Order: sequence, then C-alpha cells, then structure tokens
Amino acid sequence: MIELKDVSKTFTLHNQGSAVIEVINDVSFAVASGECIALTGNSGAGKSTLMRMIYGNYLTQSGEIRIGDVDLVQAQPREVIALRRDVLGYVSQFLRVVPRVPTLDVVAEPLRAVGVSAEDAQVRAKELLSQLNIPERLWSLSPTTFSGGEQQRVNIARGFAHTYPAMLLDEPTASLDAANREVVLSLIEDAKARGAAIIGIFHDEAARDRVCDREIDVSRFTRGLAA
Amino acid sequence: MTPLLSVQGITKLYGSHIGCADVSFELYPGEVMGIVGESGSGKSTLLNCMAGHLKPDAGAVVFDTRADGPRDTVTMSEPERRMLSRTDWAFVHQHARDGLRMGVSAGGNVGERLMAVGDRHYGNIRDKATDWLERVEIDASRVDDRPTTFSGGMQQRLQIARNLVTGPRLVFMDEPTGGLDVSVQARLLDLLRGLVRDMGLSAIIVTHDLAVVRLLADRLMVMKSGRVVEAGLTDQVLDDPQHAYSQLLVSSVLQV
Amino acid sequence: MTESAYNFAYLDEQTKRMIRRAILKGLAIPGYQVPFASREMPMPYGWGTGGVQVSAAVLTPEDRFKVIDQGADDTTNAVSIRTFFERTAQVATTTKTAQASVIQTRHRIPEEKLSEGQILVYQVPIPEPLRFLEPRESETRKMHALEEYGLMHVKLYEDISRHGHIATSYAYPVKVEGRYVMDPSPIPKFDNPKLGDMAAIQLFGAGREQRIYALPPYTDVVSLDFEDHPFEASKADHPCALCGAEHSYLDEVITDDAGGRMFVCSDTDFCEARQAAGHTGKDAA
Repeated sequence: MIELKDVSKTFTLHNQGSAVIEVINDVSFAVASGECIALTGNSGAGKSTLMRMIYGNYLTQSGEIRIGDVDLVQAQPREVIALRRDVLGYVSQFLRVVPRVPTLDVVAEPLRAVGVSAEDAQVRAKELLSQLNIPERLWSLSPTTFSGGEQQRVNIARGFAHTYPAMLLDEPTASLDAANREVVLSLIEDAKARGAAIIGIFHDEAARDRVCDREIDVSRFTRGLAA
Repeated sequence: MTPLLSVQGITKLYGSHIGCADVSFELYPGEVMGIVGESGSGKSTLLNCMAGHLKPDAGAVVFDTRADGPRDTVTMSEPERRMLSRTDWAFVHQHARDGLRMGVSAGGNVGERLMAVGDRHYGNIRDKATDWLERVEIDASRVDDRPTTFSGGMQQRLQIARNLVTGPRLVFMDEPTGGLDVSVQARLLDLLRGLVRDMGLSAIIVTHDLAVVRLLADRLMVMKSGRVVEAGLTDQVLDDPQHAYSQLLVSSVLQV
Repeated sequence: MTESAYNFAYLDEQTKRMIRRAILKGLAIPGYQVPFASREMPMPYGWGTGGVQVSAAVLTPEDRFKVIDQGADDTTNAVSIRTFFERTAQVATTTKTAQASVIQTRHRIPEEKLSEGQILVYQVPIPEPLRFLEPRESETRKMHALEEYGLMHVKLYEDISRHGHIATSYAYPVKVEGRYVMDPSPIPKFDNPKLGDMAAIQLFGAGREQRIYALPPYTDVVSLDFEDHPFEASKADHPCALCGAEHSYLDEVITDDAGGRMFVCSDTDFCEARQAAGHTGKDAA
C-alpha cells in the first residue's frame, strides 16, 4: 500500500549562507495493507521528517513514494489533496484548526469532506469522542482552549473518523493516560484489522510492541548526515 | 478533468514597471488557491487581471464556461465577461463598502444579483435573500436594514452572501479578512471553509496573512516582484519552503 | 430691443439643427439618451431649459403652442414659457389640448388623448433612471449599453421592503421597446400607461444634463414591476370636486386652516372643458 524507493531529501537554507543539509538518504521500504510498522531512532534521527515526506508535507527531492497508485513525489497538488482526503490519514502531534469551530465539527470534517452527510458524520464523531473520553459538555466548544491531552485525543478522533486505507501516526499515545492509551491502541488494531497500512512513531515501547509488526530504524538512512 | 480556470502567461506592465509577469497555473473545480506576497508583489494586479478588472498586456485567462466550455475571458466580449462576473464568478473585496451598496438594504444587496439575472418575483427574491443572510449568520430580522448599521464582520459576511446567492463556481477574494478583528476573522474563515466545501466552490484568495491561507487554501503561490517564485501544496510551501524568498517570508512570521 | 432682433424661437439655426439631429437620433433609438450641446437659456436650470430648447428646435411659424406645468396652463412656469415663444417665435398659443400642435409639459401628460401630428415635449430634471443607485455616469452608460438593468429592480425591491408596496409614485421607470430603461420625467405613475402606444411624438429634454431622448408614435412602453407586485397606475381615490371626473389625475388643494381640502383635476384644460359641457362636482361653484 505504501512504498518508498530510493527516497532522499535535503534542506537548503537560503537565508543562512545557503547551507545544504542532507537529512534523509536513499530510503526504501514498503508497508502492506493490514500492516503496521514503526519508525525508530533517536531524537533528531529524522523520523518526523520522513513521516512528513510521506504525507507530502515536506518536499522530496528524489526517489518515489507510492501510496496506492499515486507517486507523491511527482503528483500534482490536487492529486495530493485528493489522496489526503480519501486515502491517506495523518495524526500529528499538534492540533491545527480554525478557532471557534466546535469540537464535534472538527472531528466530523474529514467525513464531510468525503461526502458523508452531516448527520452521519456527527454520529460517528460523537461515537469517537465518547470512546476517547472527551466529556460531552466540551463537544460544542472549540478545542483550541482544551488541555494538551484533550487536544491530542480530539486530534486522534479526527484522524480516525474516516477509514483511510493508509495512515501515518506521529506519537499517537504520547501524553495520554492508561485508559485513553488503551482506546487509541484498540483504534489502531481495528484499523489494521480492516486492512489499513500504518506507519507510526511511538516512543511508548510497550505500545509499539503491541501494534507494530516491524520496526525500521531511520538512523541508518541518516547516519552521519544531519548530526 | 478540465481545469475550471487556466491562467497562461499573464503579464501586466505599468509603464516600465512590472505589475505581474508570466504567471501561469491551473485551478480545478473545488480547489482553493492562496496567493501570498508582500505589498507590491503583484498579487492584487494578478487577481484583477484574472477577474477582468484589468486587461493584461499578455496572456490568457481561460475559464470553463457552462455553456461553451473553455473560453479566454481576456479576449471575450465585455458583455459576456460582465455576465460571467455576475453569474459564475464572484469577487469579495477587502473593504465591504467596495462590494456592497451601502444605501440599499441587506435584502436588496443580496437580491441584486438575482434581479440581474432576471428574477422578477419579489417574494422569491426576498426568501432567497433571507435564507442567505442566515447562512452567513446574519439574523433574518436585519433583512431590511442598511449595511451602514452593520459591524465590519457583518458587512463582510453580507458581501459574501451577495456574491454567492447566484451559486458562482469561482470566487476571487482580495484580503477577505483584512481589517477585521482576529476573533471576527476566525468566524469568517470558518464560514468560508464551510461554504467552499458545501457548494463545491473554487476560490482564489489573495492575502498577506499566512495563517489565512493555511486554514483556507489547498494550494499556494508565493509572489515577489510580480513573479511567482514558488507554488505547491499550502502546507508543503509553508513547512518546507524551497525558494529563498518563501523561506524568508515564512520565517518572518511571529509565532504565537 | 425688439422681439424681431431674436432669431426665430430664440436659438440660432445651427443650434436648432444640432438639436434636431439629436432628436432624430433619439427617435431612431427609442429611450436612448442622446447627448447634445445644451445652450444657456434666459432662464435658470430647473425651469425647463431642456424642454424649451427642444420646443425651439421643433416649432415652426404655423404651430400652435401650449405649455402646461403640473397639468395647469396658468402657473408661472407655463405662462412664462408660453410668453417666451409668443415673443421670440410669434407662434399662436392655446390652452386647448386638442388644438395645440406642440405641447411643452412639466410633470404631466394631458388627460385628453393626443393624436397623430402632435408633439409632446417633456421637461426633464434628471434623465438617468439609474442615477440614484449608481452614481458613476461611465458605469450607467455601460449598463444601458449592455442592457444590465437588474439594479432598476433593486430600487423597486427597496420600495416594497420599506413600504410594503412600490411606493415610487412619479418618475416611475419604464422599459422602451424591450430595450432601454427610461425615466419618463417626473410625471405621476398614473400617466405611465399613456406613454405607450401614443399617437403623438414624445420628446424629452434635459438642459442641465444635456440629454435628449424620445418616443416615436405607437412605441411599446412597459412600466417595470415584480410578478407578485404588478404595476398600478394610482391616483387619489376621489372624483374631481369641480367637474366630477372619476378617472383623471387629481391635485389635493388645501382650502383653509381647519383641515379643509378638495381634490381637483390637475389638468386644467380637461376640467374646464368638462365643466363647460355641464359636468359638475360636489364643490362646483
């Protein structure tokens, strides 16, 4: 489902003496449907950078990143947008939303984007929010004022609202208590069971061991480069 | 798929000074594109060339018309272009008073485009106007009030209602949130996002506010001195800018 | 100085030719506002300088001239314009609608049906019907050229939203031959139905604004309206107190300080003719 071939990336800092920094060199791996792999490596090894490249958030200079039948490196912006809407989900560590939009709508939005009716989208959003123990009295409020943990859970609910065939998870269990961590892990297991290909970054080793089928050490692609 | 709008080599000169030079891109149905750049970078010139307010010195602006398919709006006759601009196109001005008739009631402002395309039933026009006021979160009881009695945010929302009532397919926006309070901006952005999604609108938004494009635009063009220096997915351009100027622009934004 | 020191009908021949050309163009394009080089006239703007110039251009020595102001032959404006042409053109004058070949009018169309061969000249203060909604002349001209008349209905929409009905009661906009929207000058909308299909030539002159427009005989003229708020030619709901006419346009006349009032025909010639024929209203002396 997700396939990387000879992927490399450099940053050129034009305003800092045109420094060229190679961050990822020659990455190749594939993730099949129903499989979950973990990106590992020390802080600064390039896990998040690689993840963002796979989402198209960072520009990839060379190689191929295939999600389904789209090569993200060559794709037009509108193809990437369609891919993100229908195929490729991303749960980042930070929630980025329009202020003043109620939590319920924030969670329902990915479903509305793929054409689910407002009512059905709300039903699914409510289901996820209660599963993740977001008190009902908060649903009508904007998540921008929530605590870090609450924001993280809203973010996860939003990320899991639509059943993407491919998902990227950046520290999905960070800053969660045991009960919520359990909910998130079971969401991941459900996603795997329905055939989603998942790439995750987990500092939580126990979580990683439970849901991941393989590990890929990113530092072997970056060794000696960014350090 | 046919692009809704295909901009080909648009150039506008002011004497020897470049307004914008050789700008080309394609916009597909449902896409929202942001154009950013500092004052004087040519983004408003470009917008006005595309919307038919300025005649470019070179280039074509090909719009996929409902009746005849792709047509160059630069060379089409003025009546046709004006007809487009009150049916399939909409233009949201930065200052609501440029886009509203301040001496005409809210209902009359919204109804004008309906009457312009031949609606001659007062009751229907008024019902549609009232419906649109509610969609942009203006209380229906204000339908007979003049925009002079509205707040800045309400005026801007009224301008949007007035533009969208005929179900356009392409909306040009010039700094739509400029001059509004931050809290009012947020509400307007949310409203615009909902309308864009629900109506399947395509939009081109000119702004110097990177936060606005991040929330509204799928794609982004960065302009400097009349030229496009970088274009791509909005979050990619903002998070991993490639051109020196884009990097400077992004790194110059104060983090809150 | 004697009257004969003036050229016939005051204006010089070149000027009259220029105005006639504008009139002919106006007749050829009914409802279209033709620009013309309006001259200074020996009367202030707003007193009918446009109508006077048009009259001067169409009058011939054989004509019989009538002037009405708000329907009356005996008001200051009517008397002075009539006298002006008596002195400068030595034309015959009359107050009888049927006997006049050229009738200059301010704010009314005579009640009596006009016939072929007659010319009705209107004094127009503001020829542009779109003016109050779109102040830019460059834009309104373009709107006329491109037949973009949605804005005219905005004005009527505003009327209904504010008053519950179309409250515009004079200078009510019309569409001519399905093409140009035209301001019929400040005639009451009661008179609007007479504009269309009229046997006489109708000429409109705006002196200050330097515009002439025209309706040739038997032109199609439609008052603008909404499907659910159709045009209505309204008048005061009374018979004339002097002649008893039920279907003429009435002036309200205050008769004392105690609220006394009477409604009388605004068309004095029409009213007098009826009274002479033996019709009487309730206040007839």
